[in-house]
Amino acid sequence: MTIHVTVNGRPRELDVAPHALLLDVIRDALELKGAKRSCDAQVCGACTVLVDGLAVSACTYLAVEADGHSVLTVEGLAEGESLDPLQRAFVDAGAVQCGFCTSGMLMTAKAMLAEQARPSRDDVLHYLRGSLCRCTGYRKIVEAILTAAEAAR
Amino acid sequence: MLRPFTLHRPETAEEACALLAGLGEDAAAYAGGTELLLLMKLGLLRPRHLVDVKRIPGFNEIDARPHGPNGARLTTSARLTIGAAVTHRAVERSPLVGARCPLVASVARHVANVRVRNVGTVGGNLAFADPHSDLATLFLTLDASVELVSPRGRRELPLGDFVRGPWETARAADELLASVTLTPWGGDTAAAYVKFGVHERPTLAVAAALRLDGTAGARRGGDRIVNARLAIGCVGPTPVRVADAEASLRGASLADLEDAARAAAEVAAAGADAADDLHGSADYKRAMVAVFVRRALGIAAARARGAEPAARFPHAVVA
Repeated sequence: MTIHVTVNGRPRELDVAPHALLLDVIRDALELKGAKRSCDAQVCGACTVLVDGLAVSACTYLAVEADGHSVLTVEGLAEGESLDPLQRAFVDAGAVQCGFCTSGMLMTAKAMLAEQARPSRDDVLHYLRGSLCRCTGYRKIVEAILTAAEAAR
Repeated sequence: MLRPFTLHRPETAEEACALLAGLGEDAAAYAGGTELLLLMKLGLLRPRHLVDVKRIPGFNEIDARPHGPNGARLTTSARLTIGAAVTHRAVERSPLVGARCPLVASVARHVANVRVRNVGTVGGNLAFADPHSDLATLFLTLDASVELVSPRGRRELPLGDFVRGPWETARAADELLASVTLTPWGGDTAAAYVKFGVHERPTLAVAAALRLDGTAGARRGGDRIVNARLAIGCVGPTPVRVADAEASLRGASLADLEDAARAAAEVAAAGADAADDLHGSADYKRAMVAVFVRRALGIAAARARGAEPAARFPHAVVA
């Protein structure tokens, strides 16, 4: 099936099988390796990308569902050398340990801040449910997201 | 990885049912895919055709209906119909749901995680009949009924009859779950939903609703429970209403609810059809049913008085 998807702002025409998962298309056909396959069951958040601004688990999402929509991956956050304020806040807070969950955390936070400009700590914790950091480095991730939200005001 | 399949995208319910009827066991209805695609990846389901129901008119709508199932006009509150392909996120954010069934919006906010809520649907959740479904447990206390469509016509079934067992429903192979209809409570009812567990699928869930005497419940001086609804989810093969426990609460006053709640909790725990599994032993689950029935009733009673208890229980979510 031919689908038309805007990926990180760039229109793409892709030929995908009905059973192709969005994560495989992003990683293999588009060679964007930021979204990770980890639990493969929508519980960990490592494969999070945004479809029209909504966070989805690309591991369990048919690529054909993205037809006619916009997909944002972690590669689309920065503009050239200029980091997204969330990325900047993650760097400044040291909100990275092994880094495997980072792209998913960033994309989840990106979706949240688009919906709620002034999240409380509880809002952040609620939104991050199902975004797992197995280094258990949550504290700095939450701090970074709150800092980015503060800076955006 | 998924095995190859053909994706059908019917534009009408009739077309979808004809596909399901023609393809039989080879086909599966598909909406959000948050359950279906998982089971397909594991090889537990191997449909060669998926019938996408998201384009069917009405399947994405939330609608207030002024009429009851028998056509009688309802005077106090309209029923609320949620189309099968409505996502959990849409329920969470719907002003209509927030106004008519605020607890449903609140529970929707706590289903799984935000990614699943953005994609997963109410119909998919109910049709999978996972015993750990938040919605099924809560909806039992809202006298929910489901609408099924097939080439033979439409029928409406109480949710309790639709869910037959774990992952088993009364849906025939050529039938589609079109919608679920809830009967919202009036302003004289206070309610709470509490789930407990360390996994995303809860270990147990309790939905409790207390209707008090007086036209506007406790806030206008009502103190006596005229009707109680109590549903227990996750511990048994299906979520259930516990009529004996509900009866034991009837007539109790909010002032001495503790004793009545304790009695209801014991009755609910004794009646729970709990099984040993990864979430815990049957004995453990029964003990926790008693604990959380008491807590849920306590929260509902506090809300009846206009208070929002700040109670937080380890590994529990209060909606």
